[in-house]
Amino acid sequence: MAQESAQEHPISVYFIVWGALFVLSAFSYMVDYLQFQGYTRWILILTFMWMKAGAIVAIFMHMRWERPALIYAILGPPLCLLVLVGFMAVEGDFTSLTREMFFGVSNVFDAAAGSGH
Amino acid sequence: MAQEVVTTADQTFGTKPGWEGVVADWSSDRQTFPVHWGKAMMWIFLLSDTFIFSCFLTGYMNVRMSTTDPWPNPSEVFALTIFGNHIPLILIAIMTFVLISSSGTMAMAVNFSHRRNKKAIFWLMIATAMFGATFVGMQAFEWTKLIVEEGVRPWGNPMGAAQFGSSFFMITGFHGMHVSAGVIYLLVVANRVRTGFYDRKGSYDTVEIAGLYWHFVDLVWVFIFAFFYLW
Repeated sequence: MAQESAQEHPISVYFIVWGALFVLSAFSYMVDYLQFQGYTRWILILTFMWMKAGAIVAIFMHMRWERPALIYAILGPPLCLLVLVGFMAVEGDFTSLTREMFFGVSNVFDAAAGSGH
Repeated sequence: MAQEVVTTADQTFGTKPGWEGVVADWSSDRQTFPVHWGKAMMWIFLLSDTFIFSCFLTGYMNVRMSTTDPWPNPSEVFALTIFGNHIPLILIAIMTFVLISSSGTMAMAVNFSHRRNKKAIFWLMIATAMFGATFVGMQAFEWTKLIVEEGVRPWGNPMGAAQFGSSFFMITGFHGMHVSAGVIYLLVVANRVRTGFYDRKGSYDTVEIAGLYWHFVDLVWVFIFAFFYLW
C-alpha cells in the first residue's frame, strides 16, 4: 500500500478525462451519422480511437504514473501485432485478387478469357 | 503490513529517467516491478488478452479484405427506429456511452480506494457493475434483433458477405463474455469492500487491480467500435 501513495491525484483529473471520452465518442458517432466517407472517414475514426485509447490507458489505468520498466514491458510487445496486421493485409489482398481472377467476380479474368470466343 | 514508515518505489529504487531507469529496474538481481504482484500479473494478463483480441480483429480485417461479396453496411444493420425516427447505429452509440460511464465510475472507485472511503468505493463499484450489466443486456437485445429479425448467422446472412456474421458473433461475443465476467468480478470485490475484508487485509490494491481489468474491457470496446461498427 505504501507504494501506492504516489498515485493519489485530484479527482478533477478523472472528471476531465471522463468528459473528454464522452466528447470523443460523440465525435466518433458523428463520423458515421454525418456519413463521412473514404480517407476522411478512416483518418477521423483512427484519430478519435487512438485519443480515447490513450486517455484510458494513460489516466484511467494510471499508466503515465508507472515506472518506465512496467510501461515498456506492457506497451512494447503489442507493437509486434503491427507485423501480423501487415502480413494479414497483404495476404487478404492477395486472396481477394485470386478470388476475383478464378471465380470471375470482377471482369479482370473474364475479359481475357472472353477474347478467345 | 501496518508499517508506519512510508516508502515509495521511487525512494527505494531511485528515479533514473527513461531507458536508464528500465535497465536499473531489470538488473541487480532484484524485483523488477516494484508494484503489488497482483497488479503486475493483471497487466501481463491484459497484455495476453490484447493479443487475443488483436488476433480476432486482424482475422476480421483479413476476411473483410478478401471476400468478394459486398460487406453489409453496419450503419444500416445496427440502425433502430425510435419513435418513428430511423437513426443509424444508435444502439451501438448508446452502448458506447454506457461503457464509458462505467469506466468513469470505476476510476472514481479506485480514487476513493486510496482514501479508503468504503461507502464511496462500494457504491461506485455497484454503479459500475450495473452499467456493465446494462451493456450486456443491450448486447443481448442487439444479438436477438440480428438473429431473429435480420437473419444473421455465423455462416451467412441475407445482406452480403457470410464473414460478417462469423466476425460479429466471435468478436462481440468474446467481448460480452469479458464484460459479464467483469460484472461478477466487480460485485465480488465490492462485497468484500463492504464487509471490511480489505481493512483486515490492510490493502485496497484489489480495487485498483479490478479497475485495470474493467478499463481494459472499455479499451477493447473502443477498438471494436472503431473497426467493426464504424469502418
